[in-house]
Amino acid sequence: MQSKPSTSARGGLVTAPLLRVVDLQTHFFSDEGVARAVDGVSFALEPGKTLGVVGESGCGKSVTSLSIMRLVPNPPGRIVGGQILFGDEDLVQASEARMRQIRGNQIAMVFQEPMMALNPVYTVGNQLMETVRLHRGYDKKQAREHAIEMLTKVGIPSPESRVDSYPHEMSGGMKQRVMIAMAMSCDPKLLVADEPTTALDVTIQAQILDLIRELQDSAGMGVLLITHDLGVVAETAHHVAVMYAGKVVEYAPVVDLFERPRHPYTIGLFRSLPDLAKPGERLATIPGIVPPANRFPSGCRFRTRCPIATAQCAELEPPLLVPKGASNGHTVACHRLEEALAL
Amino acid sequence: MSTKVQTSTASAAKPLLEVRDLKTYFPVRRGLLQRHVGDVKAVDGVSFDVGRQQTLSLVGESGCGKTTVGRSILRLVPPTSGSAVLYPEAQGPAVDLFQLGSSELRRQRRDLQIIFQDPFASLNPRITVGSAIGEALAVHGIAKGDAAQDLVAALLERVGLRAAAANRYPHEFSGGQRQRIGIARALALRPKFIVCDEAVSALDVSIQAQVVNLLKDLQGEFGLSYLFIAHDISVVKYISDRIAVMYLGRIVETASTIELFERPAHPYTQALLSAVPHPDPKLRKKRILLQGDVPSPISPPTGCHFHTRCPVAVARCRTEYPAPTSLSPSHQAACHLVEERGGPAIL
Repeated sequence: MQSKPSTSARGGLVTAPLLRVVDLQTHFFSDEGVARAVDGVSFALEPGKTLGVVGESGCGKSVTSLSIMRLVPNPPGRIVGGQILFGDEDLVQASEARMRQIRGNQIAMVFQEPMMALNPVYTVGNQLMETVRLHRGYDKKQAREHAIEMLTKVGIPSPESRVDSYPHEMSGGMKQRVMIAMAMSCDPKLLVADEPTTALDVTIQAQILDLIRELQDSAGMGVLLITHDLGVVAETAHHVAVMYAGKVVEYAPVVDLFERPRHPYTIGLFRSLPDLAKPGERLATIPGIVPPANRFPSGCRFRTRCPIATAQCAELEPPLLVPKGASNGHTVACHRLEEALAL
Repeated sequence: MSTKVQTSTASAAKPLLEVRDLKTYFPVRRGLLQRHVGDVKAVDGVSFDVGRQQTLSLVGESGCGKTTVGRSILRLVPPTSGSAVLYPEAQGPAVDLFQLGSSELRRQRRDLQIIFQDPFASLNPRITVGSAIGEALAVHGIAKGDAAQDLVAALLERVGLRAAAANRYPHEFSGGQRQRIGIARALALRPKFIVCDEAVSALDVSIQAQVVNLLKDLQGEFGLSYLFIAHDISVVKYISDRIAVMYLGRIVETASTIELFERPAHPYTQALLSAVPHPDPKLRKKRILLQGDVPSPISPPTGCHFHTRCPVAVARCRTEYPAPTSLSPSHQAACHLVEERGGPAIL
């Protein structure tokens, strides 16, 4: 790691981050106008740590992860501004050839739907071998040994025979393990996991989350975990960025966020969790729905659903600031912080 | 809380629905002659009651048969054997849904409705929301013309949509709104029993909370009983009066919601509950990690179906299927260890 210790303008981070996203803007252009799916997102991730990015459908969390991988479909999508600093390198400026060297090698990704990401006409061994043959120059024999080793590592039983299986011969949990084995093949420094366990049953989810944590501990890899599940975030993340309508509205260490959510959206999100409600009590709800990305409201984008919005919220976009009494780099983007405390 | 009061007065009477020893097998055929080579035992001997104005939840992982149970009761898939006896009135006559002929079944279906996980897949994209809801009213001869339109408008408003939504098409609505349409359609015939098959699973939490509240309100208002099929334990905990846990086609444990969460007895239930991530970072509890996957329902393990993944299985579990043991009048678990100990199995 060459990067010197730096202080992010917004995050207030002190150790050298593995990944620093600065004011990222990814927009989609169509006949119906410009959809500003990601519109000024900043955060940082330290090596060996997990950053949870949470939010509901349409908040821009998946577009953020695709932007980091430079996999945003173009057209209609394009990164129109900001920086994605991976070490010292700005991935926004990197050439496609350079990205091919990085992807699957230094940065790997795990998707929600393993069936979509695995090629059905090749054996899993073939697909596992491809990564190391490409990035490490292994020959066939070495690559096959490596593939079996990786399958063993992710806990697939009888890996010597499973290496010759096709994806359809495996269960959902096994396919996700294969995806993780592929992602981990080249010891990436950063793993981008986009809803890695959403399609899985809870007992399998528990296995996979444990597996990711174990591999992370042994390899010191940073994990960017994209999820809508606040339970998963609570159990795995060190820091959390809460996104709403293309913006980070709150950023904090996980304990601070769950102990004292401060943005009206985060507060509403927590209250609508059935886990925390008492039986017989009505669930709190956030009225209305997330506005479509080509029609985000002016000013604070949450104001149309916010219980304490004022005229000022419509005029001025709130910046991410450290609220009074907050510590550990907890930042919130809200004009009505004092009032939000009373929610 | 009103539901609780209702139960105590109605407890002497019959429950709304009694399902006994329900089996639903799907034949597996192979070869040129489509020889019958085996069965997928999707549901293999399931019994439970659904109380009046109560919610019974079926939980379990993919492939456990929970969806097939719901569909078998409504006869959307043909049950292989067993009975599902409906008591439309607390003191009235009984109807075994599995013995009804097709015209009788059609009449009875007024009382039985289903809400699906993906309402978009169950709404015809080419007909307006108003016609989709009004169709059922006409088929069952409840209302036609203006009267039907008024009813549809009232239903849409009741589920939190504008009456004008009747003239629009399914694609014009968001996921949460479509689920409200699905609910309005299910309500149109004033049913007594609704199967909610993963009805809120596809929704974001803030929208999910809106729909869960709506389902609860409607239950009191229309006197509905729900069979709530879901894999999300936290929603189930919130909405249910009773819970049945399924594993590979069988119910392994049934209990009141409080008992199930405070004193889970079956090792599978214990593992399932411990696997649910809790939204509290200070509570990073130790999980019971189960090894491996759910075995295939074509050739389920002998004895207790769970023994291949059970951390505390003994020799007997491999050969003998355990009968349910009662831990209290409202709590049963099918596990040899529970039977021997007279209390929860320890993991």
